[in-house]
Amino acid sequence: MPLVQTNRLHKFYGTNHVLKGIKLDVEEGEVVTIIGRSGSGKSTLLRTLNGLESIDDGTIEVDGTALVAGEGDLRALRQKVGMVFQQFNLFPHLSAGQNVMLAPQVVKGTNKREAAEIAREMLARVGLDQKFDAFPDQLSGGQQQRVAIARALAMSPKVLLCDEITSALDPELVNEVLTVVRRLASEGMTLIMVTHEMRFAREVSDKLVFMHEGRVHESGHPQEMFAQPATPEFANFIRSLH
Amino acid sequence: MAYQFDFTFIPDYAGMLGQGVAYTLGLTVFGGVLGIAIGIGGAISRLWKIRPFDGLYQCYVELFRNTPFLVQLFLIFFGLPSLGIKLVEWQAAMLAMVLNLGAYSTEIIRAGLQATPKGQLEAAESLAFTRRETFFYVMLRPALLKVWPALSSQLVISMLGSSVCSQISAEELTFVANFIQSRNFRAFETYFLTTAIYFGLAVMIRQLLGAIGRYAIARRAAS
Amino acid sequence: MMTFSLWDILRNLLNGAALTAVLSITAFVLGSLAGLAILFARISKYRAPRAFAKLYIEAFQGTPLLLQLFMLFFGLSLFGLDVPAWLAACLGLMLFTSAFLAEIWRGCVESVPRGQWEASASLALTYGEQMRHVILPQAMRVAIAPTVGFAVQVVKGTAVTSIIGFAELTKTGSMIANATYQPFLVYVLVALGYFALCYPLSWYAQRLERKFHAPRTN
Repeated sequence: MPLVQTNRLHKFYGTNHVLKGIKLDVEEGEVVTIIGRSGSGKSTLLRTLNGLESIDDGTIEVDGTALVAGEGDLRALRQKVGMVFQQFNLFPHLSAGQNVMLAPQVVKGTNKREAAEIAREMLARVGLDQKFDAFPDQLSGGQQQRVAIARALAMSPKVLLCDEITSALDPELVNEVLTVVRRLASEGMTLIMVTHEMRFAREVSDKLVFMHEGRVHESGHPQEMFAQPATPEFANFIRSLH
Repeated sequence: MAYQFDFTFIPDYAGMLGQGVAYTLGLTVFGGVLGIAIGIGGAISRLWKIRPFDGLYQCYVELFRNTPFLVQLFLIFFGLPSLGIKLVEWQAAMLAMVLNLGAYSTEIIRAGLQATPKGQLEAAESLAFTRRETFFYVMLRPALLKVWPALSSQLVISMLGSSVCSQISAEELTFVANFIQSRNFRAFETYFLTTAIYFGLAVMIRQLLGAIGRYAIARRAAS
Repeated sequence: MMTFSLWDILRNLLNGAALTAVLSITAFVLGSLAGLAILFARISKYRAPRAFAKLYIEAFQGTPLLLQLFMLFFGLSLFGLDVPAWLAACLGLMLFTSAFLAEIWRGCVESVPRGQWEASASLALTYGEQMRHVILPQAMRVAIAPTVGFAVQVVKGTAVTSIIGFAELTKTGSMIANATYQPFLVYVLVALGYFALCYPLSWYAQRLERKFHAPRTN
């Protein structure tokens, strides 16, 4: 059974039907990249997976925790689904270490010493163990994003959502973040990403999902999809990338 | 025995209440227009450091913003006659409103002018505008539009604050209320009604100034 | 006729100023506590407390403080309560303060970027935990300057309580002015008294404002 499963997912903004019956399966350890034009619903889909966007119909199930048309245990779901944002969203009043420690302490009741240990370990995973006491405004964008990844990992999520996590970065800082993601993928982390870094997506993804007008228009193995687009819309999309 | 509310006095005093409302609005409009004029002058002299006006303005602004309106009113009405300046009630009330609003407007408008983006000034300079041209064509209008909401809420605050002018017997709305309740012995009902009228005036002024602000922005967009 | 030396005038005014200070502090402290309750109602997840708090704030911000005091004074006496001036003054200013502070603080809470809510939600924090650990600590930082600034309005507001007979600085001034026939001198001294109480607060508020609005270095 897939780790993440959505069925007949529908979402409206007022009268605007943004998700039109999404079915998406993600196996454990799989790296899935969602691509599409802006407005295709890709970010919205990602944000429904941990309840940041409510859904109007359908089901989401992650590792046995289910949301049915928006009803269900959000807190349990969110403990299984970590998220990294385009704008990092680090807590500016807390140091890097405290950013990572907060959720384990508050949500899981981990004591301070253990939480600090977890935080050190997670910061080491993203190569920032020496920045434990630095505050977000003392870090570069790339470093902030890596702390944000460590913060999400500290909750030991089953799956990590990455919402255009390099889009707000200066070009020279993109690679350090992608390197971290690449390593997570190779360690077997289940990842669902929305990204514009097409080369990176082709390289690390096991599955590519092309969204168009609120539907999964085409999906499959990235190399095959790029080599032989099955739909004119996806072919157009590829052409517009160059 | 339960208290019976009685609002039957309203028709008898409607005309008087109307006059009170007009007086209050008069204080507000007069204070607002002259106050903003003073504010523009003050903001200019503070911004361009025109001596000695900038120093005088600073003292004036700080003094008026850090003392109660009621005390300013008493000083003008009861105190100035000692210096040979005798003002009747409405004159004292007007003067206090103008000076008080002038002090707040100076601060508000100055903040708006200071927020003019540097690029705008450099652009004006590169077009060889004089300082005066820059001020009138580049700085003042956008600054006023920007601080219009702040000026509007200050005007509402001052309108509500003008109720203490009743204390020097200026015949504004609260004075009328005091008079009515001394006649009908219905203090609570009278003050309740008066409070509701003030609330209505506050809403009305806010809407009206909001509409003026939107109109000014729309006109700017059109021109 | 009694004669007043300058020292007599000053001594009486200082007593009045002390009462003004005590009233200001009492109203500010109690008003802050009540304001916090109104704030939580105003930003609650539920509609009813939000609507109540909105109405409360609009009622106090849209009517004169003087009339609020009159309503309290005469309203309570309808219930047969004989309200002393000091109590009406404290209660009235407290309610007034709570409404304004709640509104100021709401602005501060709303100034915390949406991303902070989303990030803390994605980490499975509940609404209360988000508030306590993420939103309020940031909002408080922003709130300090306008809160100190509002303290000036509270001090000035206390002058209005002289009208319902509370013998603070303004009321004391009026009585002395009438007794000494030196209204100009007395009211100048009264004004200076308020200035001495308010100016340090204004100055401090401005300094805080500049400090927190300094361009961030990132």
